[in-house]
Amino acid sequence: MSAENVIVRMQVNGRAFALEIPPYHTLLDVLRDTVRLTGTKECCSEGECGACTVLVNGQAVCSCLVLASEMEGQQITTIEGLAPDGRLDPLQEAFVATGAVQCGFCIPGMIMAARQLLASNPHPSRAQIQEGLAGNLCRCGGYSRILDAVARAADSLK
Amino acid sequence: MRPFAYLRPTTLDQTIAALTDPSAVPYLLAGGTDLIVRLRRGHLRPTVVIDIKRIRDLHDEIIAVDGGLRVGARVTMTSIIHDARVRHHFEALVESASVVGSVQIRNRATLVGNICNASPAADTVPALLVYNAVANVVGPTGSRGVPLAEFFTGPGRTVLTRGELLQSVDLPFPAQPVGAAFGRITRRRGVDLATINLCGLIGADGVARFAYGAVAPTPFVAVDSSGALVPTGPDTPARAAALRALFSRSRPITDVRGSQDYRSAMLEVMTERTWRTAAGRLRGRLEAGSP
Repeated sequence: MSAENVIVRMQVNGRAFALEIPPYHTLLDVLRDTVRLTGTKECCSEGECGACTVLVNGQAVCSCLVLASEMEGQQITTIEGLAPDGRLDPLQEAFVATGAVQCGFCIPGMIMAARQLLASNPHPSRAQIQEGLAGNLCRCGGYSRILDAVARAADSLK
Repeated sequence: MRPFAYLRPTTLDQTIAALTDPSAVPYLLAGGTDLIVRLRRGHLRPTVVIDIKRIRDLHDEIIAVDGGLRVGARVTMTSIIHDARVRHHFEALVESASVVGSVQIRNRATLVGNICNASPAADTVPALLVYNAVANVVGPTGSRGVPLAEFFTGPGRTVLTRGELLQSVDLPFPAQPVGAAFGRITRRRGVDLATINLCGLIGADGVARFAYGAVAPTPFVAVDSSGALVPTGPDTPARAAALRALFSRSRPITDVRGSQDYRSAMLEVMTERTWRTAAGRLRGRLEAGSP
């Protein structure tokens, strides 16, 4: 059996793609190198850090732990999908207003995880925000402002 | 990652045929949260990865069967955590599924994958063991039910033979009111593997069933029917001895997550604590008069 390229049809940020890719490439590889959306970051490559978090059918997943081949027919949302016209999403606004962004590398993943959290629980407690973002590491250590930003976004959506 | 082919069968027959192809080194892919890590590290070198998520006979639903619930091979930890029936009848399973990885991991990781991975530290396995879960295995020669207590043969090893896969797991409803609790020790609260984990279940008849992970080559179960672990009455030397006897089969080792001595000390602490929580829950259920 050979590892021939496969054709995968998926939607990324509402746009339909039919991509010819090696079957062993991850969703993260394909988003960054084939679709050329580099907002999704690669860091630990083992599901510990959450920098590569995207939404698949609305659910937060580590795109480094998913093969792109698995994504046939699925809808993917990346950080770029939150500001399609260059206008920031309320979560992004809140991160800016709170000063939650230091080096910025973890922020796309943080925001995508927060996005799923607020979609399922629009008014989370501090503990629920912590639990919702437990899969995302910030190496600057800027956690408290990140938690503040998610709380602020939740308030702004009331 | 090293190259491999990707298959997405839609029937069990196709899957079993792919698994038994003598020219292939196949691995099954469900959630991928363990598999992809091991592929990237080069620990596994398949020639073909078989994605089971489009197989019609492998469900992504938890269905009611006679006397219990059946969890299909594609059911994720997130689905386990949010299912009202699981929450009502199998509270300790929900507790254990809730600590697996992170939200991102639980959205992909499957309960059946956690079982088949056969890690000695698998967080959901002690709960499945105390609830008497049965693994429904299907393969080239038909299907068979294997009590989960007989499923594991060593770290990463199970009774599954070539061509077999785990189609679902059955969770029988307890025949009497029970109280159950999950416990574990980790180095940090989120996204960590267990240093030890355990689950305790006490029945209204006073029989206690405990299961332990990360302290032996496979998770194991211990049962106490002496009556010393009934959920009421004062603490006695007999109760303390019965609690210690539960983990007498443990063979903890020293590794990056903890030393042998630390694990042994924590076994005693966590067994007592888990018994207390389970006993309290059983008393609550008996007082409320709910099964």
